[in-house]
Amino acid sequence: MDNKHNYDYYQFPDVKGHFGQFGGRYVAETLMAPIEELTEAYEHYKNDPTFIAELEADRKHYVGRPSPLYFAERLTQHVGGAKILLKREDLNHTGAHKINNTIGQALLAKRMGKKRIIAETGAGQHGVATATIAARLGLECIVYMGSEDVARQSPNVYRMKLLGATVVPVDSGSKTLKDALNEALRDWVTNVDDTFYIIGTVAGPHPYPEMVRDFNAVVGQELKQQMQEQYNCLPDAVVACVGGGSNAIGAFHAFLNDKNVRLIGVEAGGDGISTGRHAAPLNDGTVGVLHGNRTYLMQTDDGQVIETHSISAGLDYPGVGPEHAWLKETNRAEYVAINDKEAMEGFHQLTKIEGIIPALESAHAIAQGTKLAKTLNSDNYVVVNLSGRGDKDINTVAAIEGISL
Amino acid sequence: MSRISTILEQRKKQSKAALIPFITAGDPDMATTVKAMHALVTAGADIIELGVPYSDPMADGPVIQHASERALANGATLSKVLDAVTTFRADDQATAVVLMGYLNPVEAMGYQNFADNAKKAGVDGVLIVDLPIDESQDLMPELKAAAIDPIILLAPTSTEQRIEKAMSLGQGYLYYVSFKGITGAANKLDVSDVASKLSAIKQHGDLPVAVGFGINDGPSARDVAEVADAVVVGSALVKFFESNEADAAIVNASKLLGSMREAIDA
Repeated sequence: MDNKHNYDYYQFPDVKGHFGQFGGRYVAETLMAPIEELTEAYEHYKNDPTFIAELEADRKHYVGRPSPLYFAERLTQHVGGAKILLKREDLNHTGAHKINNTIGQALLAKRMGKKRIIAETGAGQHGVATATIAARLGLECIVYMGSEDVARQSPNVYRMKLLGATVVPVDSGSKTLKDALNEALRDWVTNVDDTFYIIGTVAGPHPYPEMVRDFNAVVGQELKQQMQEQYNCLPDAVVACVGGGSNAIGAFHAFLNDKNVRLIGVEAGGDGISTGRHAAPLNDGTVGVLHGNRTYLMQTDDGQVIETHSISAGLDYPGVGPEHAWLKETNRAEYVAINDKEAMEGFHQLTKIEGIIPALESAHAIAQGTKLAKTLNSDNYVVVNLSGRGDKDINTVAAIEGISL
Repeated sequence: MSRISTILEQRKKQSKAALIPFITAGDPDMATTVKAMHALVTAGADIIELGVPYSDPMADGPVIQHASERALANGATLSKVLDAVTTFRADDQATAVVLMGYLNPVEAMGYQNFADNAKKAGVDGVLIVDLPIDESQDLMPELKAAAIDPIILLAPTSTEQRIEKAMSLGQGYLYYVSFKGITGAANKLDVSDVASKLSAIKQHGDLPVAVGFGINDGPSARDVAEVADAVVVGSALVKFFESNEADAAIVNASKLLGSMREAIDA
């Protein structure tokens, strides 16, 4: 890949949370002090040996890390071309990469003396991962979820309740993830003294994009080591789905300065980019400000954020983490879109050929990974970050295919 | 001196707090908004804060959220809000108008375009809720070049350092958010808290300080007026527009504002 820029990507964000023109802190004044307090706490504890040791112990014994790097041999034979490897984040406790971040933030909350945890969730995966760690640490947990998503994702709502969390349905705006995020911010502004807001993706005001990235970066670090140990090389490409972009940035981060490794983010193409009904701001959005940071957005010409469309609730978000916007702008990563139909094909293909049911989010990455592998040779390696398992999606898939369970 | 500063100076000379009603522009339509603005002036408004509707109003409670939704459903845009100000300004050159909203619609218009258009429409001040001082270095000069006062927020959580910066960069007035929370929250106003924070703020400069959040009737307006230079009332007025009876809403909002004016001036 011909890089126009020769950045040291580990110099970003700057102290104010900017990745070039992206990122920053666009929040109401009341939140500035708590955000500064959080930044200081994070800067301190991320270098604290006791904090790091506790995080690593939890990763190993509670989450089950490191997650395997698996050679999908039958899929590779079936597709023809590059070897397809899967980074198995689906095997983590709670079934997705989300726990990498919630463990880190919850340990931080505990050290900051915050007894009350709040979170937003779309499909419910981040809500479950937050409720899980809150249960483990004995913290009160409130999860905001758009009322449409509450209806669509009832098993996850029940799971959160079993874990002791309070799920608050959000009825404002489009009643989905972005509105849940708004409501969580409203809660935070009201309860700043005792509350820690665990944001589920690499968005929000600084330091969230950096902090959530760092907690997920373990994925890419393991992957790099596993590639060297198992194949004695780096991958030719790393492919990951992008909603807010936490699993993708986690997988990409260790490779940002290895500029021969192609990094490919896969957005939700919904009904197709040309229809406008999708959730692909990096492919078809414009720069704006939402939820505390400047990034690419799905919005009208006069700056109103619009509803997105995707088969996958976890990718159904009108913004994207500011670091992805920056990696796109500097041509370090490529961002493509996979539509609903292609994602469904990827879902079935992996399930039938490898015996692994992927989350619909991750199925987007599978579809792009196989598309790419076809164009390469058998001595190339394409790694797909399998960010989550698909058990949560079987009702959705059945409904789409007209099957009643 | 700007229209805002002139008005606040005059009130100060009378030892009376200024009264600043907030309504959401375009709720339910722009014609109603212009009518409501004139009615609020008659009822005693010194400055009007006009909310620019936005799809994701993260600092607002349900009352103003729903007002934004109603306005957007009826096609409100930032340009149309500016048109409404132009219409209002044709009949009223005395009352100051402050636009209050979120950054993204302003970004979409472009900072310079926005400042020019707002100036032409007769806007006197701009308050962007999600643009803290730390990120305002690009918009601030455009507003100042257009002789529009940038209105800066302060909160109970603002540090001394931030207060000092707001005092030196703000113009017109500073808007102090009376409690940690969102607009329209009930029973959170604590006037003695506000009084002690205001005296701390006043240590850092002479810019007038308006207080908003939690002021919803004559007595709360009077209590805050005793310690603040100006009193802002929003959700309590916007609530009247929830019914579809625009004329009745204007009458009721004016009545409430009038009772606040009386309570403050008594």
